[in-house]
Amino acid sequence: MLEIDDVRVGYHRSTVLHGVRVEVPRDAVAAVLGHNGAGKSTLLRAAVGLLTPQSGHVRLDGEDITRRKPHERVARGMAYVPQGQQAFPHLTTAENLQLVADGRRRGKEAIAEALDLFPALRTLSNRRAGLLSGGQRQQLAIARALVTSPRILLLDEPTEGIQPSVVAEIEETILALAARGGLSVLLVEQHVGFAMRAAQRYYVLEAGRVTSSGEGGQEAERSVREALSV
Amino acid sequence: MTVILGQMFTGVSIGAVLLLIALGLSLTFGQMNVINMAHGEFIMAGAYTTYVLQKSIAGAGLSLIVALPVAFLVSGALGALLEWLLIRRLYLRPLDTLLVTWGVSLMLQQLARDIFGAPNVQTRAPDVLTGNITVIGGDDPLTFASSRLFILGLAVAAVVALSLTLRLTPLGRRIRAVVQNRDLAEVSGISTGRVDLTAFFIGSGLAGIAGVALTLVGPIGPTMGTNVIIDAFLVIVVGGIGQLKGSVIVAFVLGVLQSVLEYSTTVSVAKVLVLVAIVAFLQWRPQGLYTVRTRSLV
Repeated sequence: MLEIDDVRVGYHRSTVLHGVRVEVPRDAVAAVLGHNGAGKSTLLRAAVGLLTPQSGHVRLDGEDITRRKPHERVARGMAYVPQGQQAFPHLTTAENLQLVADGRRRGKEAIAEALDLFPALRTLSNRRAGLLSGGQRQQLAIARALVTSPRILLLDEPTEGIQPSVVAEIEETILALAARGGLSVLLVEQHVGFAMRAAQRYYVLEAGRVTSSGEGGQEAERSVREALSV
Repeated sequence: MTVILGQMFTGVSIGAVLLLIALGLSLTFGQMNVINMAHGEFIMAGAYTTYVLQKSIAGAGLSLIVALPVAFLVSGALGALLEWLLIRRLYLRPLDTLLVTWGVSLMLQQLARDIFGAPNVQTRAPDVLTGNITVIGGDDPLTFASSRLFILGLAVAAVVALSLTLRLTPLGRRIRAVVQNRDLAEVSGISTGRVDLTAFFIGSGLAGIAGVALTLVGPIGPTMGTNVIIDAFLVIVVGGIGQLKGSVIVAFVLGVLQSVLEYSTTVSVAKVLVLVAIVAFLQWRPQGLYTVRTRSLV
């Protein structure tokens, strides 16, 4: 489905990722784990096209999309939820969703489906996103990504900095989405338990290199924790 | 009483002109943060478009009506070309943008001199806009210039159209989204390059409409845009950058202030006093009249 193949990428002259290979199979969840500064967010930014690799390739269903702009990748079925509960702060909740639905054939239905996953957003439809709590904004961010009816969803630390009650809700939604089929997920997460519960495949990233990888599941959780505790 | 009402109307009509010249800038500078020093020359292009059309179309009224959409298209196309050729390579480099667009403004002024000559030219206002409308008759009548009323109506129509476009249309949502978070807009599936181009087209097109309006109250010349561009920037900055509501209020307040001060002093002293008032206001409220409150900076 998504192949990140031998990608080197960085900011200005410093290289952050040194030839990283990550693969997300069709209808599967792949988790990328690692400490702060390991290059996890950089990997997702390169996958979605916000950063252009110095070398290597990004392929979606076999098509080389390395030089494609982010909006062209979205049109090909990729959606991205960045770190930090990002929304358009001066647009209302409804406008944040409508913006993405504009011009799409099933826009209305896609918004309704996304709101079914996060019903709390229905009561906040006229509130500006900048006035929502962190948890509400993250729900909106995921809903906005889902309105594009993606085939692959890139999630950058979706539960970071959110109150525990909402974290559980977001985790359950991500697990439900993954279980529903028709959607692949590349999940960057520091919460190892959740990531390993969700993922069929995992990658541990350290200082811009994949240092261990394997099949996901709770059996692998211990070895991931050991790898991260070093 | 009629004197006060007359001065108020003059102030409102000055405000309407200010608003029209600032409106396009409220999109390109206020929303997109591009300091386009050539914006005044797009106003000039709109004014010369009116002049050319009046030469080719017999009736002054018909040529004015035709000039409004044509000037919008001509100035809009110039703006879109500038964005496509130069400005999109200079986003996040405000000083370079300022210098480059200033250079473009000088080139456009020279181009106008080469085509139309250095002296100012004049258009003929349609008969319906040449007289006065008497509001209060009698010994001390109150009259409003019909051309000023037309400009006021044009300014109100332009503000309503721009406001509705930004609020209610998919294009408006996209423009606001790109302004607020360019990367997030791009990864939400919005072609930010296309949005920039369209926004620049509309903002520059509005400058063209302002140019048409200015032909009713003054001569057309190569430097007419330079003469008004600073006032337009002042309206945007004092109103609060990105705040259309602020620009509208400030344009009319400055217009009325200018008119009242001109009545009690002279034109030059009034201008100085208005500028002093603006400096004092910005010392007190550097962010301008309106800002938007959010819970976070994202």
